[in-house]
Amino acid sequence: MEKLIVSPSPHVHSGDSVKKNMYGVIIALLPALAASFWFFGLGALIVTLTSIAACLLFEHLIQVYLFKRPSTISDGSAIVTGLLLAMNLPSNLPLGIIIIGAAVAIGIGKMSFGGLGQNPFNPALVGRVFLLISFPAQMTSWPTPIISRTAYLDATTGATPLSVVKGGLISGTPLSELMAQIPSYKDMLIGTMGGSLGEVAAIALLLGLAYLLIKKIITWHIPVSVVGSVIILAGIMHLADPEVYPSPTFHVLSGGLLLGAFFMATDYSSSPMANKGMLTYGVGIGVLTVLIRTFGSYPEGVSFAILIMNSFTPLINKYIKPKRFGEKPAIQKAYKN
Amino acid sequence: MLKTFSLGGIHPEENKLSADCEIEVLPLSPVVKVPISQHIGAPAQALVKKGDIVKTGQVIAKSSGFVSANIHSPVSGTVEKLEEVIDSSGYRRTAIIIKSEGDEWEEGIDRSPEIKREISSGKEEIIKRIAEAGIVGLGGATFPSHVKLSPPPGQKCELLIINGVECEPYLTGDHRLMLEKGEEVLIGVQLLMKALDVKRAIIGIENNKPDAIKHITNLSKDIEGISVQPLKVQYPQGGEKQLIEACIGRQVPSGKLPIEVGAVVHNVGTSYAIYEAIQKNKPLIERVVTVTGKSVKKPGNYLTRIGTPVSDLIEAAGGLPEDTGKVISGGPMMGKALSTVDVPVAKGTSGVLIMPDELSSRKPVQDCIRCAKCVSVCSMGLSPYLLMALSERAIWDSAEEEKVLDCIECGSCSYICPSSRPLLDYIRLGKSKVGQIVRSRTTQQQ
Amino acid sequence: MNVVLLTILTLVGLGVISAVVLYMASKKFYVFEDTRIDVVEEILPATNCGGCGFPGCRAFAEALVKADDISSMNCPVGSSATMAKVAEALGKVAGNAKPQVAVVRCNGTCEHRLKLNNYDGAISCAVAAALYGGETGCSYGCLGCGDCVEACKYDAMYMDEETGLPVIIEDKCIACGKCVEACPKNIIEMRNIGPKSRRIFVSCVNKDKGPVAKKSCEVACIGCNKCFKICPHDAITMADNLAYIDDDACKLCRKCVEVCPTFSIHELNFPPRKKKAEEEAAAVES
Repeated sequence: MEKLIVSPSPHVHSGDSVKKNMYGVIIALLPALAASFWFFGLGALIVTLTSIAACLLFEHLIQVYLFKRPSTISDGSAIVTGLLLAMNLPSNLPLGIIIIGAAVAIGIGKMSFGGLGQNPFNPALVGRVFLLISFPAQMTSWPTPIISRTAYLDATTGATPLSVVKGGLISGTPLSELMAQIPSYKDMLIGTMGGSLGEVAAIALLLGLAYLLIKKIITWHIPVSVVGSVIILAGIMHLADPEVYPSPTFHVLSGGLLLGAFFMATDYSSSPMANKGMLTYGVGIGVLTVLIRTFGSYPEGVSFAILIMNSFTPLINKYIKPKRFGEKPAIQKAYKN
Repeated sequence: MLKTFSLGGIHPEENKLSADCEIEVLPLSPVVKVPISQHIGAPAQALVKKGDIVKTGQVIAKSSGFVSANIHSPVSGTVEKLEEVIDSSGYRRTAIIIKSEGDEWEEGIDRSPEIKREISSGKEEIIKRIAEAGIVGLGGATFPSHVKLSPPPGQKCELLIINGVECEPYLTGDHRLMLEKGEEVLIGVQLLMKALDVKRAIIGIENNKPDAIKHITNLSKDIEGISVQPLKVQYPQGGEKQLIEACIGRQVPSGKLPIEVGAVVHNVGTSYAIYEAIQKNKPLIERVVTVTGKSVKKPGNYLTRIGTPVSDLIEAAGGLPEDTGKVISGGPMMGKALSTVDVPVAKGTSGVLIMPDELSSRKPVQDCIRCAKCVSVCSMGLSPYLLMALSERAIWDSAEEEKVLDCIECGSCSYICPSSRPLLDYIRLGKSKVGQIVRSRTTQQQ
Repeated sequence: MNVVLLTILTLVGLGVISAVVLYMASKKFYVFEDTRIDVVEEILPATNCGGCGFPGCRAFAEALVKADDISSMNCPVGSSATMAKVAEALGKVAGNAKPQVAVVRCNGTCEHRLKLNNYDGAISCAVAAALYGGETGCSYGCLGCGDCVEACKYDAMYMDEETGLPVIIEDKCIACGKCVEACPKNIIEMRNIGPKSRRIFVSCVNKDKGPVAKKSCEVACIGCNKCFKICPHDAITMADNLAYIDDDACKLCRKCVEVCPTFSIHELNFPPRKKKAEEEAAAVES
């Protein structure tokens, strides 16, 4: 026996680690990734690999040469960012643009604030929104699923359900006609529709969510409050005028709502800490998403909604504290037995 | 659905290795070291000096205030000296060193195994005798028991809660006590009920001890007012505030005592000690200590005299394994790591846990990733990540606003943290600093 | 033309209104400030270290101007020289606090003080001190986590990797006292710099009885009273098995240094001893 080790309690640890959480997220994304390979084939593969490789490279370079600290690429967070960025891109995006997106995501979105745990905004979304504003044409051309499996840059493109509806409503077409032009809800659930890599297959995303919840990587608060508030707000609007406002089912299944609610809004460092705070934040995202989709000029608003609510996170953390023990009214029901 | 507390909580590996080991009596050690400060409050005053002959059960140090406790000689023999020895606090403190010769007991102590059932003492007498016998909370907090039995004026105790939870992993002393000395424990509970003048008592036991639940339920069937409450296994259910909420659904307000919601909590070990003190006139000179650990050859529960060196206990359990990295007094969640195995067993020593090397060292600390897991497991509803940051930066006024003083130091936050951050280390620091500030403020006001 | 004129008039009007408002505001909200505060602040060293007990030099200047008697107030950085200037400027009497510097009163290096266990908690002396007496048998000495170095804002301290003890760089120490506050073991003390920076102090704070102290650390003060007896200037006091040298009374005769059996009394910045060298030479010759 050598010298005894002395340290303050507790003397046991759950064994949880940053790596486990990050790789857990990656595992949870695998179904959606597989779905994207199925629908977009070659393009999806190229975009995903490029994005992950670029994110790892930038993280390594910045950490080692700029910060002069040991490389942190093994903790998996850069892979998560790269994967999430890829999930948010169309499968026919040129390599150069993907690399620019990765540079912005890691460089500006994450490392400029000090790295993992310090970023106020979801890095992948920072990259995605940067690209959306800088390269609007490339970022809104969506390859048609399945037919474009073997193509990359020359893929056949089509519209997403959201852009069909948005465009149609602006030109004054009634909603019932527009709904006939978009894929059925069943197709939207499985993912046979235009869109970015990861957002199309709702069912795969749900599988991922189940994994995240079972492994306790995230809690239910944010996903449920985001989707729930979208359903409620869209539901009310739909009831008010079904010819102008699409149904809640359409809102939930189209665009990046589920991907955003499950994987992007739940990013650790840019979301609130307390349960009540998470619910507030989630409701904020849901409401903003519906508002942007309905009244904004972009057909899709999840990314913007999440980034906007990210900026409220410090404020939410300051004013919405966890429920403290002993805050129940002091004199409670008399004990009965 | 079993009852439990409402906020946070974790479920660490239980590892109750010694749950089936009957309580054994540990042979007397040739020399015992009895610290004069084994309880919360003022240290006792030594009554003996070098060369004095003492008998087992004789008072050797006297309580020096209301919140203090008598200390009795655990052996008979000669006082060798008063010396400063390292105790489980990690600091040198005065202890009475007694060389054991034979085992002659003080007169009037009933050592027979018969159970004395009829309760003849009155309320005042019970409290007085508990104080005389030097009984303190044996769950680990070591708060003098008589103080808890004297509610402040104007506050009325409605019911007694007995803590048979033993939520700390590894420890099994209370479990064995309930199984083997169940009847005595229940007489102790009745004595406590009489002292507190209450009609009801609830014994909270976690569901991982079905045998104890069954046994105590059977025994208490015919006793009016006592009931057993099985609880869902969840750490830190043994915390006073958590246990009260789990049993009766009332939350003790911040900074207040359990009496605020009409409850008083005592441990099963304490009730057993109270039975012995009142019915058998035997002061607190021994307790059940669990010696355990994955590398220990013969984990077990030992009835140990106070002052016995921890090394003797380890010997009894098969010796200190080669690969020992850490020796802990108490459980793995709240126990104290010992710097040497010469530390004597004190009233609050509920167990000796031996951790092999590979489980002893902490993992390297990483940056906070703000995953909020510490917030979600905190059973007091605090924000551990924030409290740690405030303590590290010495921002005490904000730490006070964030209720750092509410922390019960259960360690769930450090346990769960994926970045292995020393959350509780710093929160404890903040707690003591803020505590000082608050105390100096109140003295200034007076 | 009209537009140009209108623009000019509007701007002029705005200007006039603003001027009036500003003038009124400056009269109404005028705060009287003693001009001497600026003068005193000029004299103070502008380190804003807080060593005087006030939040920054300006606050100290205000307090100095306000106070009737400044003899008990001291700027640890500039010490008596600065305070004399301040006193002159204010026409008050300054105290005669001597210039000071921090000293580390523990010499329990890894060699002198054997490690008995390994600390594995948060790297902070405050946390370790709350837990236990430390990695060695001495529960009074330096814990070596470097809280003092962390507290020093002037880069005047570093941890010596070999000894495990903090070292003070005298030239950089401004005597702000932050390290003294940071040390949970009260090992660091502010002492007079002394003539030619010469200082004598007991480099130990162990209050254990002699044998216990000696067992845990070779160079501990064992409270043997030898220095106390030999001191011709009554500068040494004994309390709790520990000697203390009062730096105001000490005349730096170094007699105590010679008698200390555990070499726990340290002398700093003295020239090497001639006498000893001669003695040694004599011993060699004989």
